[in-house]
Amino acid sequence: MLKYILKRLGYMILTLFIVASITFFMMKLMPGTPFSNQDKLSAAQLKIMNEQYGLNKPIWQQYLIYLGNLLHGDFGTSFQFSNQPVLSLITSRLKPSLLIGSQAMIIGSLLGILLGAVAAINKNNWIDSLATFVSIVGISVPSFVLGVLLQFFIAFKWHMFPIAGFDNWQASVLPSLALAVSPLAQTARFMRTEMVDVLNSDYIELSKAKGNTRWQTVVKHTLRNSLIPVITILGPLTANILTGSLVVENIFSIPGIGEQFVKSIMTNDYPTIMGLTIFYALMFMVMLLITDILYSLIDPRIRLTNDKEEN
Amino acid sequence: MSDNILEVKNLNINFKTFAGTVQAIRDVSFNLKKGETLAIVGESGSGKSVTTRSIMGLLASNAVIEHGEILFKGQDLLKESAKEMDHHRGNDLSMIFQDPMTSLDPTMTIGKQVAEPLRIHGKISKEKALKRAQEVLELVGIPNAKNRMKDFPHQFSGGQRQRIVIAIAIVNYPEILIADEPTTALDVTVQAQIIDLMRELQEKLETSIIFITHDLGVVAGIADRVAVMYAGKIIEVGTVDEIFYQPKHPYTWGLLSSMPTLDTKGAKLSSIPGTPPDLLDPPKGDAFAPRNPYAMQIDLEAQPPFFKVSDTHYAATWLLHPDAPKVQPPAPIVKRAQEYAHLMQTGAVDTPSEGSQN
Repeated sequence: MLKYILKRLGYMILTLFIVASITFFMMKLMPGTPFSNQDKLSAAQLKIMNEQYGLNKPIWQQYLIYLGNLLHGDFGTSFQFSNQPVLSLITSRLKPSLLIGSQAMIIGSLLGILLGAVAAINKNNWIDSLATFVSIVGISVPSFVLGVLLQFFIAFKWHMFPIAGFDNWQASVLPSLALAVSPLAQTARFMRTEMVDVLNSDYIELSKAKGNTRWQTVVKHTLRNSLIPVITILGPLTANILTGSLVVENIFSIPGIGEQFVKSIMTNDYPTIMGLTIFYALMFMVMLLITDILYSLIDPRIRLTNDKEEN
Repeated sequence: MSDNILEVKNLNINFKTFAGTVQAIRDVSFNLKKGETLAIVGESGSGKSVTTRSIMGLLASNAVIEHGEILFKGQDLLKESAKEMDHHRGNDLSMIFQDPMTSLDPTMTIGKQVAEPLRIHGKISKEKALKRAQEVLELVGIPNAKNRMKDFPHQFSGGQRQRIVIAIAIVNYPEILIADEPTTALDVTVQAQIIDLMRELQEKLETSIIFITHDLGVVAGIADRVAVMYAGKIIEVGTVDEIFYQPKHPYTWGLLSSMPTLDTKGAKLSSIPGTPPDLLDPPKGDAFAPRNPYAMQIDLEAQPPFFKVSDTHYAATWLLHPDAPKVQPPAPIVKRAQEYAHLMQTGAVDTPSEGSQN
């Protein structure tokens, strides 16, 4: 197991290297320059600026310098916010996104699993239909529509939570709820399908034949077996949500990382784009690794060995 | 009647479906004596599984028990509450399922799975339950049971898994063990081992067994008595010897004729023409009549009652009516009867009422 994880970490470093390289060259293909006031700069000033940021060197040299710095954990300095290192920029913006994302994920996946399970147990009656309706609404209504509705009713009319901003924990509740709906709906749908399958399986019949009550059968034999496939979708979903949502962060005026990413692309802030891309890739891979480890813990048929080929 | 541990009386079960009401079980009555093995044979859809599931209280939600009684030691199981049925299941009534590959929970150790019925029904500590589970696993022939308690189902072969399923079924010493085609999913050599195991266990535990199968070869190996089902009815019941050597119902003749024997040469196996009737709208007369080469006019008009052949042997066919013409059964059946008569004369087999034959 440990050996497997170490190997996976090795693969992760390799993947990060590839991601960094591809992003680096693709970024150089983007039109425009990092200097927004370029028109007003004289040729001499531009030259000085380019030299200062090392943009006058051939691209392959820039690439090697970047990789060299990266190995030392140096992500460079943002072009946009002068003298602010990219790493501290990311970490300062990360906190709100992580808080909202993790709250949304916990609410969404737990409620989703619960909703799916309730729907499966009550298959084909009105409770099931209601749960299906909720999932479909959750998938089809965009998070910003829901965000605005939450702002209007809960914050504006009933004054239960702050309408926007990120001053205290209370302010994170509404954006978390808005973000939670999509994972909730997806988990619920997945969970329902899996659990209906499991409930039809022979070992559930055997569980009843052992004298387990309906409730005991669900707790002892159904949940764990239904959760195995659900975990597969939770990993990527978590990575997606933790890395921030541009729309929800904008609606609730949250200084999150999703917003930062878009801004950095608009302004050709090379070091920040690089830093964020690497961070996203890392986040995604860590989530996949956690998913696989969870998988092996919950399903005895899966053992983590070095024979496994995928990373 | 006191030695009957189970009596099923006039059981009628319908299934409500979109197409209409399927009359799956039509007036089924039989009984099970303490310590005996009753085989219920019949083709798919004949109602054998539905009958046994109704005993366990495990019918699908769209099943309706129209009327009838299932008396277990004199108590009508159909009148018991869900809670009382939970208490019976896995305790004094237990069941073995058809497919050992899917009958075990893939994410639970087999030790825990075998110990589960003990934990549900007995106030017994976890340690004691696991110890007992290990003993039972040894009893059903899992080698090295002690070290395999923490293994998961996927680490066992099909035959071993069926042994584990049997261990789960017998761990509480049930009074009635229902085996629903327990050997169908296994290959022939493993089948034989499982049959041997069940016979051995029955001797040790003195359990009564209801053994459901469509495989007459398996029946000969394990049953004391046989009930033949067709289209939701029992059409013939008797001891193993009576059913195998002196069958009276044309359907039983057909079943036996379509079974290969050592004498079967390269020729095609005979089969029963046609298909079973649609139980959405069961025929007025004998359900087998349209496929029955011996059918008479009355078969189409009225359902035959049970005619007594011997104290243990009954068959529902108008051919046994005193006014019915004498017919000659198909050649393989006649041959069987002759062989049997010869064996009886030479004393090679016991009298029909005693002992199992093999």
